[in-house]
Amino acid sequence: MAVDHEMVARVARLARLRLAPAEVAPLAAELNRILGWIDQLQAVDTEGVAPLETVIPITRAWREDVVTEGDCQADLLANAPAAAHGFFAVPKVIE
Amino acid sequence: MSDLTALSVAEMREGLAARAFSAAELVSAHVAAAEAARPLNLFITETFDRAMDAARAADAALAAGTAGPLSGIPIGIKDLFATKGVRTTAASRILGDFTPPYESTVTAKLQAAGAVSLGKLNLDEFAMGSSNETSAFGPVVSPVRAQGSEAPLVPGGSSGGSAAAVAARVVAAATGTDTGGSIRQPAAFCGVAGIKPTYGRCSRWGIIAFASSLDQAGVFARSVRDCALLLEAMAGFDPRDSTSIDAPVPRWAQQLSGDLRGRRVGIPREYRVEGMDPGLEALWEQGAAWLRDAGAEIVEVSLPHTAQALPTYYILAPAEASSNLARYDGVRYGLRVVPEGGGLADMYEATRAAGFGAEVRRRIMIGTYVLSAGYYDAYYRKAQKVRALIARDFAEAFAACDVLLTPTAPTGAFPLGARNADPIAMYLNDVFTVPSSLAGLPAMSVPAGADSAGLPLGLQLIGRPLDEGLVLDAAYALEARAPKLPAPASWWR
Repeated sequence: MAVDHEMVARVARLARLRLAPAEVAPLAAELNRILGWIDQLQAVDTEGVAPLETVIPITRAWREDVVTEGDCQADLLANAPAAAHGFFAVPKVIE
Repeated sequence: MSDLTALSVAEMREGLAARAFSAAELVSAHVAAAEAARPLNLFITETFDRAMDAARAADAALAAGTAGPLSGIPIGIKDLFATKGVRTTAASRILGDFTPPYESTVTAKLQAAGAVSLGKLNLDEFAMGSSNETSAFGPVVSPVRAQGSEAPLVPGGSSGGSAAAVAARVVAAATGTDTGGSIRQPAAFCGVAGIKPTYGRCSRWGIIAFASSLDQAGVFARSVRDCALLLEAMAGFDPRDSTSIDAPVPRWAQQLSGDLRGRRVGIPREYRVEGMDPGLEALWEQGAAWLRDAGAEIVEVSLPHTAQALPTYYILAPAEASSNLARYDGVRYGLRVVPEGGGLADMYEATRAAGFGAEVRRRIMIGTYVLSAGYYDAYYRKAQKVRALIARDFAEAFAACDVLLTPTAPTGAFPLGARNADPIAMYLNDVFTVPSSLAGLPAMSVPAGADSAGLPLGLQLIGRPLDEGLVLDAAYALEARAPKLPAPASWWR
């Protein structure tokens, strides 16, 4: 499953990573090498094997439906690159 | 008072209790050592003033009889743990100015036990690396050097700053995190002990996420007993982490005996790999002989899917990382880059391109690819199935033995820059540590000897789920028989 330049651009777009045009070819080569190495997994017989999603038994945890934290707007906004009127501020979304 | 930095945690506790020295003297000696070790680039953020305040508070608690089990003990914190009011970067530009308004559970527990942090230790960016060279704050230089050489070596990674700070006698112990070997491999490279407990033993709450099904906190120290003492303070159930295990935390340090009579130690034959240092193979056999001397029976076992563990890991870990790192978008915290006249989508893309380093970008790309439509079953689902086989291998091996003995890493430390050109060559460092990570098992590296250049080599012990006790005890038996490695010569002073 070779990754071409178009696929690299598509994956970068999905990952919200801006790539300079010069970065595409070397990244495609790197990804192909890594994915080629990973491809050895296809030879493993996994017929009838259930995928492992967690190594520990997860039990549903219950708690009282009460407020334990809150009233921390200033803390939440303290690291915001831009904030206004108690909100996170972002560049204009609607033209 | 400079010899205070040579003490073990256990000796520091005795000295503080007997008033042989104060916590302020102890911490101040370590601050001086940390200042002298700045050429090693161990810390991303130093908190020496806070440390001295905490040391004076520890002295007051010691005097009042209210001291905790680690009161006054100087430690370092890997800069992946959120620390309230202290910058926390994950060694990434994207979090370069992030100051958490909350404290991670593990560091809060250490604080409650009285431990004194000297600051936030360097690591690979978002813990993605095996040499500490992907840090946006520059690489850590190992305190360890080859005999007769001044070439700078890597400390291993990703918890490179933690391992190096403990080895350099800058702190008595340090926290780390381990996703595929990030505690055990740097412990081996720097000649210190390091334990990754069972997945779920330590809370992940407040640890910046890399691969959530694998990430686990652990600790470095210069002895097995010290690791046990620290881990007792760090472990325990946390309702704020849905994968935290609700099990009592044993008194591991008290239970150390080094007596392995009636125990079976398994040697997995698939861990004999090409390219292994010949001295390492001999050391591994020597390690088995030491454990036999401690009373254990040595048995050969098989872990048939060992070779598939690394490719499995390099699907699952990047997949989880690409999801976890989606949160860094320039909106709520961290770096924001807005191109001239750009909108929201431009901001996301420019922020992430500028904020993440090459290895992190590479893993996000791989993770996004293997999770994308049309490839999910072939890669991600397949890897989860192979992960099930790897976990089953361990379960079957533990029917025939109680603990496994393997090398920690295929070689000793390598020079800075030596393996940067080839990502796969770098990934191969973790060939012995990744399988137990995928199975969520407790595992520990203990210094066992040195290679022909005098570089430390570690042996790894892997236990059953929640059996940190036997992992520590077998490591303790090895430590008692292995030659003591000399402390690194303080060439940086």
